[in-house]
Amino acid sequence: MTYIAKPKMHHPTLQTNKVGYTRRDYEGRISTLCAGCGHDSISAAVIQACWELDIEPHRVAKLSGIGCSSKTTDYFLGASHGFNTVHGRMPSVLTGANLANRELLYLGVSGDGDSASIGLGQFANAMRRGVRMAYIVENNGVYGLTKGQFSATADRGAKNKKGAINNDNPIDLVGIALQLGATYVARSFSGDKAQLIPLIKGAMSHGGAAVIDVISPCVTFNNHGGSTKSYDYIRQHNEAVSRIDFISPSSEITTEYAPGAVVDVPQHDGSILRLRKLHADYDPTDRDAAMSYMHARAARGEVVTGLLYLDPLATDLHTSLNTCEQPLNTMGAQLLCPGSEALNKINDALR
Amino acid sequence: MEPTNTANPAYFHKVVDCQWACPAHTPVPEYIRLIGQGRYSDAYMINWVSNVFPGVLGRTCDRPCEPACRRGRVEENNAEKPEPVAICRLKRVAADMKDDVKARMPSISPNNGKRIVCVGAGPASLTVARDLAPLGYEVTVFDGEAKAGGFIRSQIPRFRLPESVVDEETGYILDLGVKFKSGQRVDSMRALLEQGYDAVFVGSGAPRGRDLDVPGRKEAAANIHIGIDWLASVSFGHITSVKERVIVLGGGNTAMDCCRSARRMGGKEVKVIVRSGFEEMKASPWEKEDAQHEGIPILNFHVPKTFEHDNGKLTGMTFEIVRAVYDAKGKRTLVPTGEPDVLVPCDEVLVAVGQENAFPWIERDCGIEFDKWGLPVLGEGTFQSTLHNVFFGGDAAYGPKNIITAVAHGHEAAVSIDRLLTGEDVSRRPVPMTNLMSQKMGIHEWIYRNAVSNDVRFKVPWTKAETALANIKIEVELGFDAATAFKEASRCLNCDVQTVFNRATCIECDACVDICPMDCITFTGNGDESELRTRLKAPSTNPTQDLYVSDELKTGRVMVKDEDMCLHCGLCAERCPTGAWDMQKFLLNTTQAGARCRDAHFPVAHDSAAEAV
Repeated sequence: MTYIAKPKMHHPTLQTNKVGYTRRDYEGRISTLCAGCGHDSISAAVIQACWELDIEPHRVAKLSGIGCSSKTTDYFLGASHGFNTVHGRMPSVLTGANLANRELLYLGVSGDGDSASIGLGQFANAMRRGVRMAYIVENNGVYGLTKGQFSATADRGAKNKKGAINNDNPIDLVGIALQLGATYVARSFSGDKAQLIPLIKGAMSHGGAAVIDVISPCVTFNNHGGSTKSYDYIRQHNEAVSRIDFISPSSEITTEYAPGAVVDVPQHDGSILRLRKLHADYDPTDRDAAMSYMHARAARGEVVTGLLYLDPLATDLHTSLNTCEQPLNTMGAQLLCPGSEALNKINDALR
Repeated sequence: MEPTNTANPAYFHKVVDCQWACPAHTPVPEYIRLIGQGRYSDAYMINWVSNVFPGVLGRTCDRPCEPACRRGRVEENNAEKPEPVAICRLKRVAADMKDDVKARMPSISPNNGKRIVCVGAGPASLTVARDLAPLGYEVTVFDGEAKAGGFIRSQIPRFRLPESVVDEETGYILDLGVKFKSGQRVDSMRALLEQGYDAVFVGSGAPRGRDLDVPGRKEAAANIHIGIDWLASVSFGHITSVKERVIVLGGGNTAMDCCRSARRMGGKEVKVIVRSGFEEMKASPWEKEDAQHEGIPILNFHVPKTFEHDNGKLTGMTFEIVRAVYDAKGKRTLVPTGEPDVLVPCDEVLVAVGQENAFPWIERDCGIEFDKWGLPVLGEGTFQSTLHNVFFGGDAAYGPKNIITAVAHGHEAAVSIDRLLTGEDVSRRPVPMTNLMSQKMGIHEWIYRNAVSNDVRFKVPWTKAETALANIKIEVELGFDAATAFKEASRCLNCDVQTVFNRATCIECDACVDICPMDCITFTGNGDESELRTRLKAPSTNPTQDLYVSDELKTGRVMVKDEDMCLHCGLCAERCPTGAWDMQKFLLNTTQAGARCRDAHFPVAHDSAAEAV
């Protein structure tokens, strides 16, 4: 939290992107979170990713639920559409919005409480249906707004600030997402923007349900010794399986890597995700292998990060429902509400 | 890079660009804050201690601080026309709006039996007198004129500097028990030395204006004047009018004072004609602007060739037209363009093409050596001549400069004299007094106002042109009112409030990196400075500004802060969860003559730091 607004002044060399905006234009209001909150780093990564993707801010809809994480949608993309839903209900509101207007880019922001406790059913069903969205979980393992009780993603055996041990098993959102058919699954760390920014860019350009579980330390309630979601713990146990570079359709591919070390995965929109494998035996396009690899590593106490699974040919809910391409808000009343005669026809057809 | 040694006073001093650039190292942000708080007398006294003539300098200073001001850099691509804080004019606000400060003047110690004489009563001599008289020295000041001030009084026109200001500020010094021998020009150094003074300070300025020896100079002499002599005559009321068509030769501030004075004394067609290009003129940009504002054209690339006359009556001047040609090393030569010479008709010419030092009164065999340019040979930083108890300062030391430089020389010479007369080594210099204090009051409360103003520089109101031009004694600039002064003071970025980094408590959460509006902070692997500068979050475009580098952090990276564009807004510290960043006010005061400049007050180990400052 801070009292003065971030000064409008910017570095004289600040660049504009292809759509004419500087990175600062993608900022939102000043954060009211605790100083040093990992969530603020994620907001900064979202800002950087959207700037690099040359996204026009009014093309984005950001939706969130309740919690520290869900407050952050106010702190970036101040010129975008936003919706703060009730607790845990972001996925269904987003699904509705997406069905009504598929032309926007959907960014869902949630936390471990919002997605793994009260909203677990919503999370699971959004993944299952393949709603096209970038779903970012800002995961700190505690309920920060209610003073640091363990959340559903806290690891078994982790200590809280007062020294109490967590005896419950954690919910692994990445595992659930993989199992339920999400087509872009990643895990990252708020303290590693070099990894996080390309992952967000990849997720926002993905053609289906993309989820990134971002471990985001709570400096106030979960950054002590004994915590498994502290800055120090994650830095010590972080095992990145891959580094990705996001290459937009129009940009030239200039970097060269040794053969075999790199996999270029073309996306539906022509962009390319270039994966540099850090673990030679890891195949991010094999869902089953990804799950077992992750479990094996988790058993050794490692926190596996990077792009864990990707289906480049992903389809989404619109495909399976065979909906019309045109956003509803551009159709006009006549088309949207053709009158009782049309309704009678439909009813007759169902008799 | 090695971790930055912030214990060296030079490091944080350099971050305070204005103070670093000021020859007298006046703590600029410190007094600007006081002006913002309406504490004008306090602001005045900070100035008075450091630069002795705040009211004079607030109107006439060459302001080396302003081109250095960080505000002028950070407004680049943020404001339409990037401009520094109006430091000089804020100083004037402190001088104009202060209460009576007589009671704040230093008390005078009992006479210590040592006698010091100053030659000339200009800014350098008066500074020596101001520094030494309160310590108990008996200081005598000789000057050929009736009143003290030297160049300040004789050559700065009244429309820029009212005489009352000069009277007031020279008065504060003479009131410290200084013996002022007015109207007594010293014409023999030998005779002066024979009077048995313990130390002699020569602050006699650079009193000779250069002449221009081209055909016609002798014949038309009646209507050709040397600029500084003419200004002095105007100042003392010996000259009260000029003819209608006047040419001023030269491109320095003296030329600007000449042309603007001539404009007020009956000159209808006043022109400044200069050899060099307009941009290369020595005059300060604002003085050129002021002249042009008063309808005075400046003709550049004109080299004077002859004075034209009709039986001794000046009728005009001819000029050769040149252009500037630069060789591979960037050295300029003026080459004739081949165009026909130009005749500019005129009735009177003022020659302001430079000044020279002249010491006809110093016998060459009395032990004071001079170099091939006729300047005294002096110890670096001590201002001590080859005769151990004779010191030089101001324009007399290194040729014509400006008031603030003369003041800085005076302070150093006073330290030298004080050390000499207390039996200490003059070449050993005292370290500055520094203080670093946290500004934290609460979670988001600082002792200083950290919100950054987006205002652009405020203009100083002027007297209407027709009123100003009608009377040479009417001051052109009116000074800021209190409300505008507050707003202008708010533009100051508080560069003396330093961002101090504590590596031990940093958890590398990136909060400072994310919040910094200017992208000053980077966490990255260490490297050579030149290589490191290529890897910063915002491009490092100004290698004259330092990088603040920490020791290695837990992840093996280092914190690098490019000081260049920092707004000192304190957001890095507000967003830091562990207090690894703190905003700490750095105050540096140069050590002046007195107990603190003596060996007992600064241990030997600090010498290297002092040299770096």
